[in-house]
Amino acid sequence: MSANVNTALPLEYQTEQNRLNILGFWVFLGAEIILFGTLFAVYSVLNARFAGGPTPKDLFEIKDVMIETILLLTSSFTCGLAIYEMRRNNKNGLLLWLIITLLLGAGFVFMEVNEFIHYVHEGATMQTSAWLSSFFTLLGTHGLHVSMGIGWATMVIIQIFQRGLTPVTARKTFIIGLYWHFLDVVWIFIFTFVYLQGMVR
Amino acid sequence: MDINWHDLFIVGNPLILGSQIAILLSVIGIVALLTYLKRWKWLWREWLTTVDHKKIGIMYILAGVLMFFRGGVDGLMMKAQTSRPEMNFLDAQHYNEVFTTHGVIMILFAAMPLLIGIMNYVIPLQIGARDVAFPQLNALSFWLFFSGAMLFNISFVIGGSPDAGWAAYFPLAGKEFTPGIGNNYYAVAIQIAGIGTLISGINFIVTILKMRAKGMTLMKMPMFTWTSFIASVIIVSAFPIFTVALALMTLDRIFGTHFFTLSGGGMDMMWVNLFWLWGHPEVYIVVLPAFGMFSEVIATFSRKMLFGYKSMVFSVVGIALLSMLVWVHHFFTMGAGPAVNSVFSITTMMIAIPTGVKMFNWLFTMRKGRIEFSTAMLWALAFIPCFLIGGITGVMLAMSAADYQYHNTLFLVAHFHYTLIPGVVFAVFAGLYYWWPKMFGHMLNEKLGKIHFWLFTIGFNVTFMPMFFLGLDGAVRRSYTYSAESGFAPLFLVSAIGAVILALGFATFCYNIYWSARYADRNISNDPWNARTLEWATASPAPFYNFAKVPEVKTLDAFWYMKKHNEGLTLSDDEIKEIHMPSNSGLPFYMGIIFGITGFLLVFEWKLAALVAAVGIIIGLIIRSFDYNDGFHVTVDEIKETEKSWRSSDGKGVKNHVG
Repeated sequence: MSANVNTALPLEYQTEQNRLNILGFWVFLGAEIILFGTLFAVYSVLNARFAGGPTPKDLFEIKDVMIETILLLTSSFTCGLAIYEMRRNNKNGLLLWLIITLLLGAGFVFMEVNEFIHYVHEGATMQTSAWLSSFFTLLGTHGLHVSMGIGWATMVIIQIFQRGLTPVTARKTFIIGLYWHFLDVVWIFIFTFVYLQGMVR
Repeated sequence: MDINWHDLFIVGNPLILGSQIAILLSVIGIVALLTYLKRWKWLWREWLTTVDHKKIGIMYILAGVLMFFRGGVDGLMMKAQTSRPEMNFLDAQHYNEVFTTHGVIMILFAAMPLLIGIMNYVIPLQIGARDVAFPQLNALSFWLFFSGAMLFNISFVIGGSPDAGWAAYFPLAGKEFTPGIGNNYYAVAIQIAGIGTLISGINFIVTILKMRAKGMTLMKMPMFTWTSFIASVIIVSAFPIFTVALALMTLDRIFGTHFFTLSGGGMDMMWVNLFWLWGHPEVYIVVLPAFGMFSEVIATFSRKMLFGYKSMVFSVVGIALLSMLVWVHHFFTMGAGPAVNSVFSITTMMIAIPTGVKMFNWLFTMRKGRIEFSTAMLWALAFIPCFLIGGITGVMLAMSAADYQYHNTLFLVAHFHYTLIPGVVFAVFAGLYYWWPKMFGHMLNEKLGKIHFWLFTIGFNVTFMPMFFLGLDGAVRRSYTYSAESGFAPLFLVSAIGAVILALGFATFCYNIYWSARYADRNISNDPWNARTLEWATASPAPFYNFAKVPEVKTLDAFWYMKKHNEGLTLSDDEIKEIHMPSNSGLPFYMGIIFGITGFLLVFEWKLAALVAAVGIIIGLIIRSFDYNDGFHVTVDEIKETEKSWRSSDGKGVKNHVG
């Protein structure tokens, strides 16, 4: 909590409190891995329990899923560019890439919500079967994380506009970057173990 | 939405009516007292908005003691009901509710806050830090825990208690077999408290990894810090599993999904697996910090360094790893087959090895030590044989073939009470007697302490020892009554008498707190026990900035070294520098309230209202995001003043090394 500033480090690592926050966030991501790991385990237990309801092959439309995937993976790349611009101390570059990241993220959430609505119209709801319960819970948790991330990053963008690049805003941006990449990794697992596996079974 | 308004308040039972009146009177009493003493502002400024780890620790302990009382009353009610065959004190439904709340409250709302409270107070002091890594998050942890605890506790007067056991097995805990809202309380209240615990775990990991005093390498940390660190690692690895399990339970019960239901392809045994994937590590989350406390107490009162420090550390890490690999032993009778059961039998028995290492280390620490029989030490001494009984019966239960006989009997109930009471409750008492002077600047009365000790340990053994034999004779757990022909009556009666002695012991402890707060000698030094670790290097009670100058650590038992070499004990004026401290904040308190309201609405399945209340949570998060309050600086003059008040008394009249 004391100042203990080290200007040789990147902006987000310069103060002691920043270093604590970043480590704390890594530990939090560890807890998130367990959380999603449990949801994946639940999904893998229930993924063939259709209870007479629709199966993955009846529902999934691989084209839409591909678009979602490309949107989210691209947003992870642009998020990396944003942090790169932050390290170069280029505030406008950072803001530009961060906003593009969020737009791609919003596109992803929009597509996913549409996908869910489509399924519900086909009669596949959370209450239909154990498989669909676990499907909607796993994807819904991920989608909720992305939506929270968009709201959270918006707050950070406002603060960068207000205060410019300071150790505090840089730390906040860096942490949301970690969060965003993490959600991307989770999506890769969802794509593999939910969609691809569901289509090839 | 199909809740009838006249079902909202539970009426018609004289016991519950009595509690409702008691709750109402105490609330009115507290409000009146605070108003009469004009203490509202004080309460807000000094406690509700505090981010000081010491005050948060004390609030945790206070809440834990209160919850221990509530859980204890539940226990006494069960003992009263089973004291004679065919008793009519509680009916079956009420008995179900009481053993459910007893279990949940004792583990999650008594043991956890008592341990986290002591961790909160002691760990930053032990490692020479000024606070935890995230002081405001620490306050949030407390208020979320408190909010969850209160939500759970109102269940028995508003809406009905959960009644499916503390493990809430499906399908019983599902909507189909438990249609009321009681079990919604279980799913929601524990979830809220669990978020708080998870945040605490993260906070302690970062604090211990990054904020140790100069020179304190990992292998020079006090043992209590080590065990709390490992317990925090287990919290972060195990609590998210419970978060998911409870969320799925909420979805099943409130939103009609099919995770654990019998229809729709759900799988009820998945709940049992998820629950114990968290539940078994949870046992070690509570017992490891307790082991650390015993280590501190035994080393201090044997006047010796802890024997086998390194093996202690390795065994703690070993226990943590094994704790994740044993969960199936809670349900060997599930029918997983001999191969699976054998694996979990072996991993379970393996836990006895590192635990045995620790036992021998404590014994060897005492060997040739100059043992001082203070109350704290008595608890540590009684812990060893009592816990050993718990441990050895645990190995008996670990044999999966034999477990088919023990399963669901009182033998098991006796076993886990023999691990949790000596392992956690004795430790908390030892820790409280030991650290009380550091927390409040006066000791707890040793004479009352010894009465407390003897009543409690005798009562404990008289209560639970008969239950081993009842269990072997076939008495099942969670059964609200038994027939006279069963022949169980004499042992059940002995057990009930034991419970009364146990309760008298706890009452003595409460009286001791009161007596000591009023009459105990305030004139004690910063180090009344002649102790070994850094928390004793600063004033008692510790000033809000903890250390005027953070000591430099050279060896294990840093403060002992400082005393023996007369290094770093004095403070010259030019060593004092301004200290940066975090500001108070009302936000954690607000978050506790808004989480409580949201949870309450969700319990009653008023989904839309809960959603509206949840917006309040988002607002709290947004306010926090824009909060740039950077804390304040304590001036050199203020530090000088505070330090002079306890350092300059040149030992006149001060009781040093009381014993």
